[in-house]
Amino acid sequence: MGETIDLTKKDHEISHYKNIWVFMEQTDGVAHPVSFELLTKARELAKQLDCQVGAVSIGKAVSHLAKEAFRFGADKFYIVEDEIFKDYRTEPFRDALSKLVLKYKPEIFLIGATTQGRDLSGSVATELRTGLTADTTKQEIDPETGMLLMTRPTFGGSLMATIVCPKDRPQMSTVRPGVFKAIPVEHPKEGEIIRGKTTLTEDRIVKKILKKVVSSEGNINLGFYDVIVAGGKGMGNKDNFNLIKELAELLGGTWAGSRKAVELGFIPQSRQVGQTGQTVHPKLYIACGISGAIQHLVGMQTSDVIISVNTDENAPVFDVSTYCIVEDAIKFIPGLITELKKQKLTPVKNER
Amino acid sequence: MHALVFIKQVPDASQVRVNYETGTLIREGVPAILNPFEAHAVEEAVKLREKYGGKVTVLTMGPPQATEALKECLSRGADKAYLLSDRVFAGSDTLATSYALFEGAKKIIELEGEVDLFFAGKQAIDGDTAQTGPGIATRFDVPLVTYLIKLDEVNFEKKQAVATRLTEFGQETLQVPLPAFFTVEETLNELSHSPLPWLIKAARSKIEKLSSENVKLDLEQCGLRHSPTKVKKAFTPEKRQRGETLTGSVEELVQKTSDILMPFLKKGL
Repeated sequence: MGETIDLTKKDHEISHYKNIWVFMEQTDGVAHPVSFELLTKARELAKQLDCQVGAVSIGKAVSHLAKEAFRFGADKFYIVEDEIFKDYRTEPFRDALSKLVLKYKPEIFLIGATTQGRDLSGSVATELRTGLTADTTKQEIDPETGMLLMTRPTFGGSLMATIVCPKDRPQMSTVRPGVFKAIPVEHPKEGEIIRGKTTLTEDRIVKKILKKVVSSEGNINLGFYDVIVAGGKGMGNKDNFNLIKELAELLGGTWAGSRKAVELGFIPQSRQVGQTGQTVHPKLYIACGISGAIQHLVGMQTSDVIISVNTDENAPVFDVSTYCIVEDAIKFIPGLITELKKQKLTPVKNER
Repeated sequence: MHALVFIKQVPDASQVRVNYETGTLIREGVPAILNPFEAHAVEEAVKLREKYGGKVTVLTMGPPQATEALKECLSRGADKAYLLSDRVFAGSDTLATSYALFEGAKKIIELEGEVDLFFAGKQAIDGDTAQTGPGIATRFDVPLVTYLIKLDEVNFEKKQAVATRLTEFGQETLQVPLPAFFTVEETLNELSHSPLPWLIKAARSKIEKLSSENVKLDLEQCGLRHSPTKVKKAFTPEKRQRGETLTGSVEELVQKTSDILMPFLKKGL
């Protein structure tokens, strides 16, 4: 369907693979923050492996991203630019990226675990017949073997697994936004820019994008926020949920809820935290009127600080909470909002 | 219309407990369920059949017990269910799994005819990888539509579909030729109750068996040994302890909480 990837050309000698690559995800020329988080991590790993960091971007006009990549420590910037890459589509991106990998042979390839990154990485890894570890939360180099140790939560967070990819290259993994910090280098150096080509033309791409809708409500990525205020059944009704929203805003965060809150129509499913919703790990998670079914807990129990407000002192949510407040959230939150407003406090920072 | 739905039987992750002493999962007594996203995938396929005619086939790779999840799909209206089960698949990672399912699906095409729409859940709730769907689509080299929230239009004459999926910043509507591969969100549809005749039919249907005996397989791509990724170790995350319980009147609680929130806030103007 796309460009043919000739796998017989794949080099199976793993010692020929060197350097760490990061996929610089972008939408309309704007880089996704996770790209910088990954570049920062890649720098650290590259130091241990004594190798270089490459940033890879595919798009219609993405040359300006080179500077940003170098600012976060990339030594090289690989780029394929063409009108056909204006919007992300799995197949042309998959083929362009796979060709680059076959040609330049990176040892490690990191991609953000975003909707785009997950769609792309599974396709690229299959095309390249190599291993892919999803949603890793920890990346280390094994000092003995030099292999990448990729640790990820599984079974809804109740078990951690460290995965290796010993015999195939590149060692690929995705990392959720917000797991690593993005730190620019002190003295950025102008790196080398390497341009790839595509032979693909629009008439050969069968997938067409008819419409794009950008909405804050449609598909919010809760992972972007340092502070999340979530509500559950205990909020009583949809109107009371405005308290959650107001508190979230005061704290510079965003609002979310439990599955019950979705079922009761308080919030859209796109803001559900938990097993069938999103997994979050903000600096602060405030659970209001959420009893804490395990399905919810697996989605938020890795938050740094958890404050829970619930009338039932035996609510399971308290078992994972840093601070437990046995009180009716509907009585408690208005007081807290008034207090925060009175002190004229503003959030330290906003989105990640 | 022929829809093929890839499904997985998963342990109900919410009921899996951890033995903190040994660092292992306690699976005993944990019910196995149909991956929730795939219940919606079957629902969508069955809706299409009700509208356009044709049939819905489901396929899973797993141990013989996975029959239960296939039976559930039949009771949800699927016409035929295939179980791909063989010891050679044991320990497969996502790459080896997508290979096995690809070969299994090719066999089904041979037996049941060409497929117009492939469906799977957006991910399974045990592994959460979201890799197998894109893997199978890549092997078939058919267009992939992940995070499907709406099948706007399916035109079997033109052999094309219009579908809406979630993106990082909203939604997009795509036009793809058929066959295409869709991985679905829970919001795609509401699960309906199965009419009694479906339940009766499901109870009477037999599950078709696929294995290395009747599916052509390259054993060099199967199972643990030929999976690129290996689990080096598994361990339990540190258990979170119940923290401090704040006490006092609502006013006192508000005061204490506002103190705790201080690091997240600064004095405004």
